[in-house]
Amino acid sequence: MRPRRAAEITLTIAAPLLLLAIWELLSRGGVLNPIFWPRPSSLIDTFWRMVTKEGLMTDIRISLLRIIGGFLLGAVPAVVLGLAMGLFWPVRVFFMPLASAIYAIPKIAVLPLVIIAFGIGEASKLVIVAVSIFFLVALNTMSGVLEIDPTYRDAARNLGASRWELFYSVALPGALPQIFTGLRLGLGFALIVIVGAEFLAAKRGIGYQIWEDYQTLRIKQMFVGLVVTAMMGWGLTMLLTGLERLAMPWRRSA
Amino acid sequence: MAEAALPRSRAASRDVVAGATAATGARVVAQGLGRRFQTPHGPVDALRDVSVTVEPGTFCVIVGPSGCGKSTLLRLVAALDRPTSGALTISRPDGRQPTNAMVFQGRSVFPWLTLRQNVAYGLKLRGVPRRERGDRADALLAMVGLKGFARAYPHQISEGMRQRVAIARALAVDPDLLLMDEPFGALDEQTRYLLQEELLRIWDRTGKTVLFVTHSIDEALILADRIVVMAAQPGTVREVIDVPFSRPRTLTGVRSDPVFTSLFGDIWGMIREEVTRSRAAQEAELPR
Ligand SMILES: Nc1ncnc2c1ncn2[C@@H]1O[C@H](COP(=O)(O)OP(=O)(O)OP(=O)(O)O)[C@@H](O)[C@H]1O
Ligand SMILES: [Mg+2]
Repeated sequence: MRPRRAAEITLTIAAPLLLLAIWELLSRGGVLNPIFWPRPSSLIDTFWRMVTKEGLMTDIRISLLRIIGGFLLGAVPAVVLGLAMGLFWPVRVFFMPLASAIYAIPKIAVLPLVIIAFGIGEASKLVIVAVSIFFLVALNTMSGVLEIDPTYRDAARNLGASRWELFYSVALPGALPQIFTGLRLGLGFALIVIVGAEFLAAKRGIGYQIWEDYQTLRIKQMFVGLVVTAMMGWGLTMLLTGLERLAMPWRRSA
Repeated sequence: MAEAALPRSRAASRDVVAGATAATGARVVAQGLGRRFQTPHGPVDALRDVSVTVEPGTFCVIVGPSGCGKSTLLRLVAALDRPTSGALTISRPDGRQPTNAMVFQGRSVFPWLTLRQNVAYGLKLRGVPRRERGDRADALLAMVGLKGFARAYPHQISEGMRQRVAIARALAVDPDLLLMDEPFGALDEQTRYLLQEELLRIWDRTGKTVLFVTHSIDEALILADRIVVMAAQPGTVREVIDVPFSRPRTLTGVRSDPVFTSLFGDIWGMIREEVTRSRAAQEAELPR
């Protein structure tokens, strides 16, 4: 287990470092125009200046809060609806056409509508994230419930489980692996949508910062914004993986 | 009359394994019971016109070829499914509502609960306090040879061990009626013998009615008061055989009885006939 873990960490870090190294070499060798492709090493300075002078941390915090807040706002009711859709066929039949249709709309296209309904402030940011993951998580949860071996339901019913007890003691734990698949996909959606929403309708946040720097041709700052966004995605994914391990102790191999 | 039908009196038990109160065996009466499934290839009679009576406290074993409706019958008795014809009555001699617990064929132990939580699951639903249900679960785990595994998860133990957890989980709720669908099928022979003996001991002590499905004639003869031999397509009762060996039984005692050999021959004869017949019927259906 130990050497395997070390190899995993090495390989995990190797890919981004390799990419940065190639970029650095091409930029130094004059293959890439340094005006549009600044050397990665020169971005460290820029990053530091942005943190100390331009309030980069505030933008990061604002975007993270929007993502996490919107995520919770969307995921919690989505799991409840997904469980109900999996367990009870009338609920499934009722919501299925709606879910499949809305699921297919690119979520950023709903932004104007969300702004009309919730205004230009923080509420619309939370809502657009929530909307963008809601049906994804609900549909994954539903299929997770449907894939649970029916014998588990029978066993629970046979021992006297009520509907409510089936809900949280069989459907929920049984669907957790699929719920987390939905959440992980949803996280990608949430990042895309929040950066897009901040491009279009925000006064702070990492997406706003990237767009502003692009428009004023502050290319280095724009690149820092991109790297920061990537790091945010990576960090949130790690957080989710940690939650997954906490939520499903039975999946940790002995 | 109900009292007289009990094979013999049993000491009331208050030990952990049997639960706080000794169960009173349930009576199971099926009259013209049928279950028809609608399938894309037309209706299938999993059971047709099944009439059997199982007196309280009887150990009843069901044998028959694969697909003759044994699991379907158990699911009907457990009220997990409804008959499409006939009547099924399950009652207790004292008029109270009987309880049942099933050991399912195949996987049924919850992968997301530890072994202790699995065994305690039914007790939790019944509102038994945490400490008490934990103690009872541990006692049952010890009984099925899984002492020390209480905090393990099902994926960490073998298939045979999981099956023993399923048995412990059913026994934990101290049911009047124990339904066991090939409970020992996945076990190695030694464990199987040990659990057969253990089941006989529990049954001797508690007076539960047991409906037990097996493919093993040997197992049927060792455990049963009565053996119901079923026929397939449609699933019907072909024969009900009373098993005369005295109680309490031991595995070696039953096997060395000359009656064992002759009953074994009789039952094997019937089952061989039924298996051949149902295979022929299946093959006849293939070209369609
Ligand atoms: N839900 C269902 N839908 C359609 N047909 C079913 C269903 N359940 C059972 N059957 C059919 O009913 C018949 C009896 O099935 P059952 O599972 O009761 O057999 P069994 O005696 O338990 O077999 P085995 O010994 O293999 O476990 C089979 O022909 C099966 O295909
Ligand atoms: Mg079966």
